[in-house]
Amino acid sequence: MKLTINGAEHEVDAPPDMPLLWVLRDLLGLTGTKFGCGLAQCGACTVHVDGAPRRSCVTPVSAAAGKAITTIEGLSPDGRHPAQRAWAELDVVQCGYCQSGQIMSAAALLAAKPAPTDADIDAAMTGNICRCGTYQRIRAAVHRAATLAKGGVS
Amino acid sequence: MKAVTAPSRREFLKTGALISGGLVIGFVIPGAKRFAVAQPRPGRPLVPNAFLRVGSDDTVTVLLAHSEMGQGIWTALPMLIAEELDADWSKIRVEHAEAAPVYAHTVFGMQMTGGSTSTWSEFDRYRQAGATARALLVQAAAQRFGVKPADCRTEKGVVIAGNQRARYGELVAAAAKLPPPKTVPLKDPKDWKIIGKPTKRLDTPEKITGRAQFGMDVRFPGLLTAVVARPPVFGGKVRSFDATAAKAIPGVRKVVRVPTGVAVVADHFWAAKLGRDALKIEWDLGPNAGLDSTALREQFRRLAGTPGTPAAEAGNVADALGKAAKTIEAEYAVPYLAHAPMEPENCTVRIGPGKCEIWTGTQFQTLDQRLAAQITGLKPEQVEVHTTFLGGGFGRRANPTSDFVSEAVQVAKAANAPVKTVWTREDDVHGGYYRPAYLHRARIGLGADGLPVAWRHTVVGQSILVGTPFEPFLVKNGIDATSVEGAFDAPYLKDIPNHRVDLHSPKTGIPVLWWRSVGHSHTAFVMESLIDELAQAAGKDPVEYRRALLKNHRRHLGVLNLAVEKAGWGRRPPQGRARGVAVHESFGSFAAQVAEVSVEDGRIRVHRVVCAIDCGIAVNPETIAAQMESGIAFGLSAALHSALHIKDGRVQESNYHDYRVLRMNEMPVVEVHIVPSTEKPGGIGEVGVPPIAPAVANAVAVLTGQRLRELPLTLPT
Repeated sequence: MKLTINGAEHEVDAPPDMPLLWVLRDLLGLTGTKFGCGLAQCGACTVHVDGAPRRSCVTPVSAAAGKAITTIEGLSPDGRHPAQRAWAELDVVQCGYCQSGQIMSAAALLAAKPAPTDADIDAAMTGNICRCGTYQRIRAAVHRAATLAKGGVS
Repeated sequence: MKAVTAPSRREFLKTGALISGGLVIGFVIPGAKRFAVAQPRPGRPLVPNAFLRVGSDDTVTVLLAHSEMGQGIWTALPMLIAEELDADWSKIRVEHAEAAPVYAHTVFGMQMTGGSTSTWSEFDRYRQAGATARALLVQAAAQRFGVKPADCRTEKGVVIAGNQRARYGELVAAAAKLPPPKTVPLKDPKDWKIIGKPTKRLDTPEKITGRAQFGMDVRFPGLLTAVVARPPVFGGKVRSFDATAAKAIPGVRKVVRVPTGVAVVADHFWAAKLGRDALKIEWDLGPNAGLDSTALREQFRRLAGTPGTPAAEAGNVADALGKAAKTIEAEYAVPYLAHAPMEPENCTVRIGPGKCEIWTGTQFQTLDQRLAAQITGLKPEQVEVHTTFLGGGFGRRANPTSDFVSEAVQVAKAANAPVKTVWTREDDVHGGYYRPAYLHRARIGLGADGLPVAWRHTVVGQSILVGTPFEPFLVKNGIDATSVEGAFDAPYLKDIPNHRVDLHSPKTGIPVLWWRSVGHSHTAFVMESLIDELAQAAGKDPVEYRRALLKNHRRHLGVLNLAVEKAGWGRRPPQGRARGVAVHESFGSFAAQVAEVSVEDGRIRVHRVVCAIDCGIAVNPETIAAQMESGIAFGLSAALHSALHIKDGRVQESNYHDYRVLRMNEMPVVEVHIVPSTEKPGGIGEVGVPPIAPAVANAVAVLTGQRLRELPLTLPT
């Protein structure tokens, strides 16, 4: 099976119903995408498939074949996506385990809605659990990322 | 007043230096690699002690004796070293230390992270480590410059004397040849440049790019993954199993029996998980197959009606209750709770000749090391524990039985291969080691002035400590201090002439453990709700009532007054909302919170929380604010959503859909105000949790007239 991940082609030997999450993590070594629940309940495994946020723990790898898959490792070449810059500015992370998924959800939201409201953030981010409770800073960082993106500076 | 019969956590910590000697003897690791002062050759780093290295490239690598699990110790401990070293902050690097005796907790005597102790317990040791390194570098510079050390000053990684300057990296080789000074003076706090300054986390870059290494992310060639089938009931055992179908799954390599169940070992998680699901196991369910949390609640209720072991006692309570102008009686209850950290439990083990290597996110390195040694037949110093980042801990990764570590060692041993044992979320939620359920009953008598004159209080719930290595130190006269902390030593009781706090510690077969804020997670809810009940009965404002009761408790009053001032307590809340307040001391710090709450469609909604915190010297105010926000969110999960139910011995909840936790759309606006203080540092990681549930419950009572005495708070439909 051919997969396009972060712009690169990969040939993987995986059963078609194997979740994309485990193909990424265990077959390809892309461990930035996290396992949290296996049921699309926590969002730690969020990646982009053709630009849309997807819970990779319940996405069969076959459903992602031939599409453009983006993981946290490929969100930006230098870790300076506006969301990442905002996350750093506002000191969002704590344990950090959920943050790949949070940032991927936020990046997808920002791509769809460059100036999200609080209600947009609630709608887009409520599927991402953070047990450390960094939600307040995530909300502020999404707004900040929107501003940074508007500035157009990389 | 009769002295209390059990030491509080703080008393334990105060006297810890004495008793930790016992812990050291118990857990000592003879011959383990010690970090003797190195004798580096030129080009090698300066290693003045076990806690830092200064490289010839000017980098300062700080070795953490504690585990980073979100609480920010990755930044706070380097701040202590950098302060005294006058380091260039941009040159600081951080690593978790290996498990070794030199990294034993300065109070508990074993390498561990817990009890909100990391910053204060290292406050002297890490500053000393930095000061020692600075003294060596200054001495080396003085020799090079031909001046006295006293003529040198240091600034951002450079030693300066007159026009002469030398970077630390240039001085490393010469400094490494010098004997470290026996004593070094520490800075006067007025000269601090780093301590007290809001400082951004050092672990952010790797945590926002997916590069951070959690236990789950450990990989190396030949590493297999295991998923274990464990009994559906606590204490159950495998009677027999058929692995035929499991072995037919592509990628499954081995199926092995381990003491905790049956492990399916495979090339990757998915195969191991499918293999585990395909196992046919006949279980001997053992003695707990009839466990039922509703029946346990009834049992606890019956016990609460009988006298327990006294934890605090003064005066004649029965007599005083009889004479009281008014009495209030109430029962409170809280459920079993899972920690449910975002990273499910996992542990990687490689056993080789004379060596066992462990990679995991753990809060209890020394115990993990000792148990792994017992299982493998090695000496503890032959067990290498490599601590990764923890994807949340909250106490779950500080297990006296090292359950997830020892099981992984058993799996690697039985499979005769390097194995990463991974738990699913369901395994985590079903896996036990819960915050115990508790039931409280209180009968309180008020005098004619409305203030309490008699307080009778019984706590019922499982002991966390009995049967652990901590029992001899923390269970005294039948009282597990963690069951009653925050109640029996509450400031209110100290001034009530007649009081008695009793404890019943029934055994149930359900494994229990500390859960962020431990006993305070229930006692604060009960005590601070009761105080509001009393204020209401006395017809007083809850803040004025607390001020009257806490008049001799300066730091409680300080946070209470700050929180209510910032929350605008005297002003009317926005339409449809009410405010509730709570104040609680835990882990050597004081927190007060005012919650602004509404009820929408029968659902409790928390809009805003104003938090005041007095944690003594505020080492990193940025982290303190973050930990208060975090504690409030964690506490709100328990206040509004989380509960485990057990029926026929089986835990009914399984994943985040039914074991609910707080989500983005429910997060209130949190404002944190830090009380300026020169008191010695207290804890931070857990202190924000206790006040939030009672603050919310108190607001709900104002709003609806209904006093909710059970967590999670649920309005009757």
